[in-house]
Amino acid sequence: MSTKNIELEAELHEHDHDHEHHQSFITKYIFSTDHKIIAKQYLFTGIFWAFIGGLLSVVFRLQLGFPDMDLEWLRPFFGKWITINGKLDPEFYLALVTMHGTIMVFFVLTAGLSGTFSNYLIPLQIGARDMASGFINMLSYWFFFASSVVMFISFFIETGPASGGWVVYPPLSALPQAMSGSGLGMTMWLTAMALFIASTLLGGINYITTVINLRTKGMSFSRLPLTIWAFLLTAIIGLLSFPVLLAAALLLILDRSFGTSFYLAEIFINGEALPNMGGSPILYQHLFWFLGHPEVYIVLLPALGITSEVIATNSRKPIFGYRAMIGSMMGITILSFIVWAHHMFVTGMNPFLGSIFMLLTLIIAVPSAVKVFNYLTTLWKGNIVFTPAMLFSIGLVSFFISGGLTGIFLGNSAIDIQLHDTYFVVAHFHLVMGSAAFFGMMAGVYHWFPKMFGRMMDEKLGYVHFWLTFIGIYLVFFPMHYIGIAGFPRRYYSFTNFDTFSMFTDLNAFVSVAAIITFGAQIIFAFNFLYSIFKGRIAPANPWRSNTLEWTTPRNPGHGNWPGKIPEVYRWPYDYSKPGAKEDFIPQNIPYSQTPESNLPFEKDLVEKEKAEKES
Amino acid sequence: MVVTVILIGLVLIIAILAVVYRIHSLVDVARGNHKKKVTGSNGVNAALLFAFLVLSMISLIWYSVSRFDVYSLPVASEHGISTDNLFWVTMAVTGIVFIITQILLFYFSYRYRYRTKSKALFFPENNRLEMIWTIVPAIVLAVLIFSGLKIWNQVTADPPEEAEVLEIMGYQFAWKTRYPGKDGQLGKYDYRLIDATNEFGIDFRDKAAFDDFTPREIHIPKGKPVLLKIRARDVLHSVFAPHFRLKMDAVPGMPTSFWFIPNKTTEEMRIETGNPDFNYEIACTEVCGRGHFSMRMLVVVEEPEAYEKWKSEQEPWLSKNQDYLAKVPEDLQELALIKIGIDQ
Repeated sequence: MSTKNIELEAELHEHDHDHEHHQSFITKYIFSTDHKIIAKQYLFTGIFWAFIGGLLSVVFRLQLGFPDMDLEWLRPFFGKWITINGKLDPEFYLALVTMHGTIMVFFVLTAGLSGTFSNYLIPLQIGARDMASGFINMLSYWFFFASSVVMFISFFIETGPASGGWVVYPPLSALPQAMSGSGLGMTMWLTAMALFIASTLLGGINYITTVINLRTKGMSFSRLPLTIWAFLLTAIIGLLSFPVLLAAALLLILDRSFGTSFYLAEIFINGEALPNMGGSPILYQHLFWFLGHPEVYIVLLPALGITSEVIATNSRKPIFGYRAMIGSMMGITILSFIVWAHHMFVTGMNPFLGSIFMLLTLIIAVPSAVKVFNYLTTLWKGNIVFTPAMLFSIGLVSFFISGGLTGIFLGNSAIDIQLHDTYFVVAHFHLVMGSAAFFGMMAGVYHWFPKMFGRMMDEKLGYVHFWLTFIGIYLVFFPMHYIGIAGFPRRYYSFTNFDTFSMFTDLNAFVSVAAIITFGAQIIFAFNFLYSIFKGRIAPANPWRSNTLEWTTPRNPGHGNWPGKIPEVYRWPYDYSKPGAKEDFIPQNIPYSQTPESNLPFEKDLVEKEKAEKES
Repeated sequence: MVVTVILIGLVLIIAILAVVYRIHSLVDVARGNHKKKVTGSNGVNAALLFAFLVLSMISLIWYSVSRFDVYSLPVASEHGISTDNLFWVTMAVTGIVFIITQILLFYFSYRYRYRTKSKALFFPENNRLEMIWTIVPAIVLAVLIFSGLKIWNQVTADPPEEAEVLEIMGYQFAWKTRYPGKDGQLGKYDYRLIDATNEFGIDFRDKAAFDDFTPREIHIPKGKPVLLKIRARDVLHSVFAPHFRLKMDAVPGMPTSFWFIPNKTTEEMRIETGNPDFNYEIACTEVCGRGHFSMRMLVVVEEPEAYEKWKSEQEPWLSKNQDYLAKVPEDLQELALIKIGIDQ
């Protein structure tokens, strides 16, 4: 980007500045095109959904942990879904599981995580006034909002929300006569997802365009913070895979409402043989997982990006292997598209295809391992400051290891025969994807809260929140490995029908108690978050002594982010504890010419280059 | 009354917490903590991380060892022995990596906690290290992949000719099984022929169907290959026989199959587990609706002689439901009667 362009923007910005105060409440906070406001909208909606999703899991954990418990007291909330015996209705149990999965994967960890931090950090960290298209950005949020509304309303309809599992495999999801949740609830699920996909695509196009086109002077790709690399690659994955989910959903809508047979064949249900012939439920699974697996990385990569930034900052060390980190993220991005069928080893898919997907799946463990070792080396000989964000990042790495290693079992088709669709899988993905991504989100909130709201969150409450959540999550999900090895299947309302699954009532109760405590700990977060927005200590300009550009903005950056010219970038974002430097950090906007004492040999040439550019 | 007390209690607790929180933040301000780079919490958190490492490793090892018999399921099939072996080899490999990496993660966090006088090492990259931890995992994974491939190919190979064949069909919400009878061939079926009695949709225009029988539970012979022909009538189901390490989806419109060699009779398993009521069970592992958790089917593994005897005692479905003789074409009526053992 040329200097002229920046000057032009600066002028434009001043022009904007005059108008800023005339904005009405509605244009400023509701239909806003400012990326910071949109990010906060995503964050608040994400947190709202996280509490709903968590609450649902607490309800079905009550059923699993205490099958004999009288749930009559839930009747005011769930009405007829509590049976006359004071028990949870088995179909509603499935609805809870389904909605928990859908909400957490899509609304919390995709929209709440990517939506918040891609929107918030991309312009601030690359040195841009705003997103490439503020209007499309606004549309993206409102599509998500509409999707949320539809999904939320589906809780209150008579036949209940979608309940065929978050993967909504047909024919179960296609036939209203198969379960009540496959009626209107499923239609609303599909509608909500279609809106959600539109939102994700609008967001993704914007993130990609902004990162490619609006970087400030000097912000080359090799100087991008790893957060931005992660958001960019995430957006690319989303842009390529979400349309396939839309196709899958569209064919399902046609099968449900227009009598086609894409997924349906030879079905006899409720005393009636259906006319559908020639369709294949396996086709749906291929299409679904073509998104479904990349989705795992859509959820995970932003969390890993945030963690890279937080760990480097708080270890006061450069992230180890910056280029290897980018390389491994690119490797994960590409491989994420060619591993989807490892969810389908025992679906009757051709076993040879299974062999290929096993090979590709286990290859993806290599870049993941590289990332872990790089994190460990970054901590090594650091000078570590345990901010709450740092603790959540360390927790993320721990979950990523624990959950990642079990992936090596599940990716191996021979072992997967036994473990598929058992609690082992539940433990695996809740650790590696759910909890890790959730911790990435929390790390992000604690780390960038001062920038978002101009105030600090309370550290001590943050520590309590971290420890209860971290230990709680391990106590919830670690025991599930044992339950899974013992063969307990997922999505079971109760295990009493089988002798094989008669043990572990104690462990299941233990897990449920841990889940309730973990959920309770989130209330501490909610309090800290809301209280600090209004009453938190005023944040200093750069509270974590960090190198990235967002900390060069005013405490409460206005429209356009920087009041004057956008700062230029001269170095990579990880010059922490550079030998010879006065401070243990050198922000990206400090030219090498100002730091002769710490420049490395090859950087001395860059000083000359800087001078030459200044003159020209 | 109780609710009121609980509510008042909650309000009091929240009030107390709020006061404590307020005092603590005022004390923090008074101490000027926010001006320091790190507070005393830093050391506390570092120590807690270390304590977490030690305590979690101890409890992990204690539980894994002491409860081994509870969570490890006895295995009763030939291929199950190999997949179990691979499972435990993988467990050993990943277990070592798990312990080492978690120790490094928490130990480094503790060891390199902030100290005012120390400075972090500026160590941005080292290609040799990156190469090592790219290549070593790749080699280990390659070994695991190829062991897995070998077993997977054996498990999914074509079933032996002499395999005992039986059909298992999933529907909302149970399993049903059908045996080929004396001719050793399962009769054709068509889902449009299904009715309240003919739940399989057996097509009696096919003479192989005449002697098919449909027992309540599955019997299979020990030591002989058994081929399960799997199908579903309404939605997806999945046949899961945990002790046989067997799982395969039942898909409407697309028959699937799984073959295996059971290697312990039910009686032998009762002795091994010390549970006189032990039974092999089949469960469903693909969510299929309201009764998903209740799709139980019993499997009895017997010595081959006992199995043959049981088989010879089974009465063909057609002989139990002689109304359906009307569906048999004219020219096959006689054959049907002979096959179901009705003398004229």
